[in-house]
Amino acid sequence: MDWKRRHVLGLADFRIEEMEFVVDTARSMEEVLTRDIKKVPALRGKTVVNLFFEASTRTRTSFEIAGKRLSADVVNFSSSTSSVTKGETLLDTAKNIEAMKPNIVILRHYASGSPHFLSRFVSCSIINAGDGANEHPSQGLLDLYTILKAKGKINGLKIAIIGDILHSRVVRSDLHSLGRMGANLWLCGPATMVPKEMERTGAKVTYDIREAVKDADVVMMLRIQLERQKTAYFPSLREYSCKYGLNRAVFSLAKEDAVIMHPGPINRGVELSDELADSAQSRILNQVESGVAIRMALLYLLAGGHDAAH
Amino acid sequence: MLLIKGGRVIDPASGRDETGSVVLENGKVKDFLPGDQAPKGFQGRTIDAAGKWVLPGLIDMHVHLRDPGYEWKEDIRSGTRAAAAGGFTSVACMANTKPVNDHPEITRYIREKGEREGFANVFPVAAVTRGLEGKEMADYAELAEAGAVAFSDDGKPVASSLLLRRALEYAKAFDFLILSHAEDRELSGEGAAHEGWTAHRLGIPGIPAAAEEVAIARDILLAKQTGGKVHIQHISTKMGVALLRMAKKTGLPVTGETAPHYFTLTDALLEGYDTNAKMNPPLRGEEDRMAVLEGLNDGTIDAIATDHAPHEDYVKRCEFIAAANGIIGLETALPLSLTLLSGGKMTPARIVELLSANPAGILKLAGKGSLRKGADADVAVVDPEMEWEYRRQDILSKSRNTPFLGWKLKGRAVATIRGGRVTHSLLPGVAVDG
Repeated sequence: MDWKRRHVLGLADFRIEEMEFVVDTARSMEEVLTRDIKKVPALRGKTVVNLFFEASTRTRTSFEIAGKRLSADVVNFSSSTSSVTKGETLLDTAKNIEAMKPNIVILRHYASGSPHFLSRFVSCSIINAGDGANEHPSQGLLDLYTILKAKGKINGLKIAIIGDILHSRVVRSDLHSLGRMGANLWLCGPATMVPKEMERTGAKVTYDIREAVKDADVVMMLRIQLERQKTAYFPSLREYSCKYGLNRAVFSLAKEDAVIMHPGPINRGVELSDELADSAQSRILNQVESGVAIRMALLYLLAGGHDAAH
Repeated sequence: MLLIKGGRVIDPASGRDETGSVVLENGKVKDFLPGDQAPKGFQGRTIDAAGKWVLPGLIDMHVHLRDPGYEWKEDIRSGTRAAAAGGFTSVACMANTKPVNDHPEITRYIREKGEREGFANVFPVAAVTRGLEGKEMADYAELAEAGAVAFSDDGKPVASSLLLRRALEYAKAFDFLILSHAEDRELSGEGAAHEGWTAHRLGIPGIPAAAEEVAIARDILLAKQTGGKVHIQHISTKMGVALLRMAKKTGLPVTGETAPHYFTLTDALLEGYDTNAKMNPPLRGEEDRMAVLEGLNDGTIDAIATDHAPHEDYVKRCEFIAAANGIIGLETALPLSLTLLSGGKMTPARIVELLSANPAGILKLAGKGSLRKGADADVAVVDPEMEWEYRRQDILSKSRNTPFLGWKLKGRAVATIRGGRVTHSLLPGVAVDG
């Protein structure tokens, strides 16, 4: 396949073949991760900037490790240590970074659409590492990869996603990756956090976790993002945990070989019981592992590694 | 003397829609002559209006001229120049200037600068509450004496129902009008776009239709309680239109306006996070747009007003949620309004009501909104067939924040006359008066 894409802004405009191609590339990247010396020279001399305007440890670290495994020079820029606090606009910050000639900027920003906006003004590649409640494309791809590894297919699987759908960029990317690959998606959570309009994606909406989990192949729990809530969307964490938390009893409604996923970080005992988080059915750490491979694949493809290799 | 000759004179206030000539003298309409005749021995200037429409000058009852305080966005001169180009001869400007127009000195400044430099009549709207802070009533009587034609906390709506009740009750004794930006700010919260499918899909925090509707209902109920007059600004939702319709049926002293973008565009425009699709109230869904059209057709909505809201480029050149609200509208309102004719449900006379006669009536602007004998010599000569492209370099406003750039529009003011003087002309041989 020809890789023509300069940016990865979201999965909304990804074709199925492109997603499959990223996963195939990630597979070959994963082989690198099994070696003693986990490093290849594919991106030697290339600069990757992690431009993060929102707190994130795991996504940033995952991209950083991915870049380093490919021998890129990886630089981290986060808003707390930048001139952003001095009132610089996003565009000016990005232009300043660009003047230092990076090849790829990985952007995490609290405003939906900010990578789309910046892509109109900069010449380097942009990877969206999460924009507001819009998308988190590398997460959508790593979820796809993780499920493929666990189940061998996507088409026809019942996948329940449970939690704060309203504010979740993970869901909006998964709807494109898993949804378009033919998964039977169920979205569940308190009605205040699950807009009925989301049914227009083809997913089913329910407010009953039992209905969502029943006969599911995959149950994906979302973090209750307490930090995002300025007004209460549900009465208490205790009630949330009772009605929408995943525990052994609810999970027993799923298929026998069902797996549990979570984009992290987990609120142990809130959306996911302590016991299930560490259970054999959990694929949460596999997600983290797949994440590095997927991000290596994206960096490799965007940096033109694909052209060089062929 | 100025003769506007042989055009289709559409003046709903006097029930006229026929070919004729309008004679202007000493800033007033002197006469109407049927056909294309000139008065005997006529010696003055003539504008040949054959094939054109001759309308009472358009009146935009909702603009932001940003003067005083934000003159880099717009000022009274540039804003009224854009108005004249759009066929407008009068504008009512909102109070969210800096300082806020909550003091007679500011009202007088706006009025006097308008008289001195304006290409259109400038009617200041003063604040309902001091500093638009929603806490204390402004001095309505003094502000009215200084020239305020109405009161509005547009942009920062009055949250307190009690304060609004008192304001309506107090203002009633003087027959003052309150223009209401109807919005429950708690419900709109951090929303940046209409809460609907598009915003959900794009992950943009939503402004529910109820944020507007709850406030419209409250305003109507307070008008009922007090007998005070309320005009609902920029109605954008289906239920908002329905509430106004019900209030009118009940005989309450309530009127309402909408803006061209609410009957032309929907939230589908948000795709790609175009910040020129960001305004407050936000662009709504197709069902809302259709309801606004219906409200315009059946007489529920009284006026089309632009909510002309100029902003410099860089406050729109940013991430969507951070972008300033609003678009400019004076130069596009007329052609966008003329598209209403294509449905076949509306007459040209109704469009003149919406853009001139009704705003004059609502704001009680004496001598405006009609071409009857003795009225002010404010006229728009319109070519309803002229096709043109709205281009960035032609914009007369200081700001260029509009989603209509590159649009092919039909219908344009080819000459605008205010007080008998030409303020805008695209006609060969007709010069703008200095």
